[in-house]
Amino acid sequence: MSTVEAPPREPAAARRPRRIRLTDRARHERNLGWLLAGPAFIAMVAVTGYPILNALWLSMFDYRLTDPGGREFVGLGNYAMILTDGLFWQQFGITSLITIVTVSVELVLGFALAMVMHRALYLRTPLRTAILVPYGIITVVSAYAWTYAFSNTYGFVNPLFGLGDFDWFGGTWSALFTVCVAEIWKTTPFMSLLLLAGLAQIPDDYLEAAKVDGAKAWQRVKRVILPNMKAAIMVALLFRTLDAFRIFDSIFIMTAGAQGTETLSFLAYRQTISRVMVGLGSAVSVILAILVVLIAVLFVKVFKTDLSQQRGER
Amino acid sequence: MKTSRRTQVFWIVGAILIIAYAIIPVLWIVSLSFKEGDDITNNSFLPTVWSWENYKTVFASDLFTTALRNSVGMALIATTISVILATLAAYAISRLNFPGKRLVLGVALAITVFPVIAIATPLFNLWRTLGLYDTWLGLIIPYLSYSLPLAVYVLAAFFREIPWEMEQAAQVDGATAWQAFRRVIVPLAAPGVFTAAILTFFAVWNDFVFGITLTSSEAARPVPAALAFFQGASQFSQPTAPISAAAVVVTIPVVILVLLFQRKIVAGLTNGAVKG
Amino acid sequence: MAAIEMRNIVKEYGDGFKAVNDVSLDIADGEFMILVGPSGCGKSTLLRMIVGLEDITSGDMVIGGNRVNEKAPRDRNLSMVFQNYALYPHLTVFENIAFPLRLQKGLAEEDIRRRVQDAADMLELNEHLERKPANLSGGQRQRVAMGRAIVREVNAFLFDEPLSNLDAKLRGQMRTEISRMQRRLGTTTVYVTHDQTEAMTLGDRVAVLRRGFLQQVASPRELYEQPVNMFVAGFIGSPPMNFLPAVVAGDRLKLPFLEIDVPAAAAGRVTDGQLLLAGLRPDHFEDAGLLDDVKRQRGALFRARVDVTEWLGDAQYAYIPFEAGDEVTKQLAELAAELDSEALRTQLVVKIDAMSRLRENQEAQFWADTRRMHLFDPRTGENITRDESAAAELAQLEQEKLQERMA
Repeated sequence: MSTVEAPPREPAAARRPRRIRLTDRARHERNLGWLLAGPAFIAMVAVTGYPILNALWLSMFDYRLTDPGGREFVGLGNYAMILTDGLFWQQFGITSLITIVTVSVELVLGFALAMVMHRALYLRTPLRTAILVPYGIITVVSAYAWTYAFSNTYGFVNPLFGLGDFDWFGGTWSALFTVCVAEIWKTTPFMSLLLLAGLAQIPDDYLEAAKVDGAKAWQRVKRVILPNMKAAIMVALLFRTLDAFRIFDSIFIMTAGAQGTETLSFLAYRQTISRVMVGLGSAVSVILAILVVLIAVLFVKVFKTDLSQQRGER
Repeated sequence: MKTSRRTQVFWIVGAILIIAYAIIPVLWIVSLSFKEGDDITNNSFLPTVWSWENYKTVFASDLFTTALRNSVGMALIATTISVILATLAAYAISRLNFPGKRLVLGVALAITVFPVIAIATPLFNLWRTLGLYDTWLGLIIPYLSYSLPLAVYVLAAFFREIPWEMEQAAQVDGATAWQAFRRVIVPLAAPGVFTAAILTFFAVWNDFVFGITLTSSEAARPVPAALAFFQGASQFSQPTAPISAAAVVVTIPVVILVLLFQRKIVAGLTNGAVKG
Repeated sequence: MAAIEMRNIVKEYGDGFKAVNDVSLDIADGEFMILVGPSGCGKSTLLRMIVGLEDITSGDMVIGGNRVNEKAPRDRNLSMVFQNYALYPHLTVFENIAFPLRLQKGLAEEDIRRRVQDAADMLELNEHLERKPANLSGGQRQRVAMGRAIVREVNAFLFDEPLSNLDAKLRGQMRTEISRMQRRLGTTTVYVTHDQTEAMTLGDRVAVLRRGFLQQVASPRELYEQPVNMFVAGFIGSPPMNFLPAVVAGDRLKLPFLEIDVPAAAAGRVTDGQLLLAGLRPDHFEDAGLLDDVKRQRGALFRARVDVTEWLGDAQYAYIPFEAGDEVTKQLAELAAELDSEALRTQLVVKIDAMSRLRENQEAQFWADTRRMHLFDPRTGENITRDESAAAELAQLEQEKLQERMA
């Protein structure tokens, strides 16, 4: 008993009608899929969907919570007002500055931390435990710790560096500096853990081969480690940039937006909650959201090319 | 890789520096919380006299104790619900084929990207009309939606590491998809669920924006928000040292979790983020 | 126990790729059927369609007389041993084996205990019942997976390359073990492998697949002796069959090194000047110096220069390079690529007696058993010298063996 079948040369003369009927397994899977994912989906959409749409709607009104009768449709008027206001651009600049400074310092510092965590044979557990403390600590607590550390009334920073009673919070740049220090301290560990994951994925063989090929320590970092960590670096940068751009807690506690240190998140908060300018505040929120999405899209585009590049290399 | 003794010394020095980096600001606030009287303004790292006075003050203050109760209660409830929902959703996303899977993932991604403050202000208006403003439920709901994406990512990464054959074998052995999930996957995913719970707890515990925008009184205000409104023992004394004491109290749960579950947290963070 | 019938089974993926193409295959009740072929031939997909882990695009899958196309795996009453065993890491060996029984409602604890014990006895797992899979060796894990498969009364056992994760020595032992178990239980078995030793030794019949198409279903002996085409001929046998260019010149056939009469089976089916491919297995050769006269008469002699020899103790291989035309070289390279190997150079591999004192880089006289040679049409790959009556005889033999065993 034997059958011979020629390899595909000509299409089968009579094609069977395609079965659309789902198998028991596939149908069961579909139902279960929605049954399981449904509750989480509803929980996510219910709370965010309406507020987002509501914010879009309100952003087109001149609306003050204390004066509901004076509510008036102004179309894109709020946006025009915000975008032509020099203060907005100053806050946009401050936010961008904080983002760029903190994320770049965190990248360099985080990489150093990751290298130490990866290479140190001793003190591994205490090291990883210690590093998780800034990650887990409440941002508000971190902000207070640094505020008091830099304070000329309570702090130890001024005596330590012989700065007398220099008022860190009296000027824009020094105040921004303290905010950046607090942010960097709190979030570098997160960055370093993401980088560590990337670092751990590089086989030691690569480094040993590079050593045999005569690469110096710095050359090994530059030519072997960094290219192989591209994906991890991009992910870490994306997460942190999005986060840093939304900075709010530290500003609220440390400067309360004084001395021209107001950021976009803080502006949105102040307009809506403190000044109850709901329409204007919503418009600021929407602009902030659009900016964040733009950053994310930018990253994902860059990120995607990186991913494909990496696939090509291997 | 083998390293010589000299380079190992180099790494040890590095490790000690990092530990100092991570710990010193925390020690500073601890030290501040034990200062009293003139010590508070002595501009030195350590107090001359260690005093429990500030802890007595904060625990005597209703503002702090109710806030602590709010924080603990809401964080535990939100974490529990979030992790249960996320476990179910992450399993469906990582394993099952159903139409709309991409939609769920897209929404999760959109939420992680969307600024909290942009949600908080419209939510402020909505909650006022619905009567959820300044209630536990009014905070637990946004905590859920904001912590779910993270929990789903972390758990999906864990599920993906469980070999497919596990469920397939169970199905062939006579299990329904639900039985395969209950009897094979859940026990295997337990460590992942636990990790997700810790990370979710951190996220909720850390909340400040919802805490200050969606509350107006002690009824639901969590600790981070309460700290910002803390006035100290009397209207006139500086609240610095009591705030420090309160800050130390809310840091203790974090430190305990970190000490106990260091390994799990690191694994959860790195897996979920890089692969998710 | 049940027979499995497949009628025109097709698996088409979303992108139009057909992993399994119009496969029809009958597996008799109690039969041990092997699915074999190079990677990507669709053998595992076919197995997963039988068990229900893969949807069937079209065709009918009939198990024990019932069409099961839309049935969930758990409703098909089959058991499967996975390539990486798929043992549940959180359960003990006992609970792993008991797992399928626990899912059946209404089985008494005592009953479960007894049946797990029986399975453990058969597989000699008694000492390990309380251990977790992580603490077992590869061979033990493999046996636990088999225990889980045999603990229920099922319609059929399915194996997906169950031995590929074991080392060579253990693989041989487990192979015998599987064979013994199947003979004892008499359960219909479908076994996927890419290892042809497993295919040849275990199966009552072997189904050879190529790019989703069924090539030949036959007993191991028939596959070896009467392959239907070049693909099957090249896939079955190790080292593989030698393919030599053969040009028809009148009633003679010209090969590298030798010239013979056109075989009777091919007479009338070839034209003068036609290029064919002659297939000769390595064991169809011998060192001419070691032959008796009777045997010598039945084949053809030729002289050739040996490039490399490999002495294995019980046998010896000699490698003889030859020049083939571009067309043939290209064709052989294509075939080799399809068979998961690489054609580095055209050479003749001959298996000769270990006693032979053959030297490398010297010319020697060889003998080829040209009666067992097959001729293939290079364009279609078809075997034009296949002996249908001999094949039918072999198939009959296989049928009798199975019936005898099942009686």
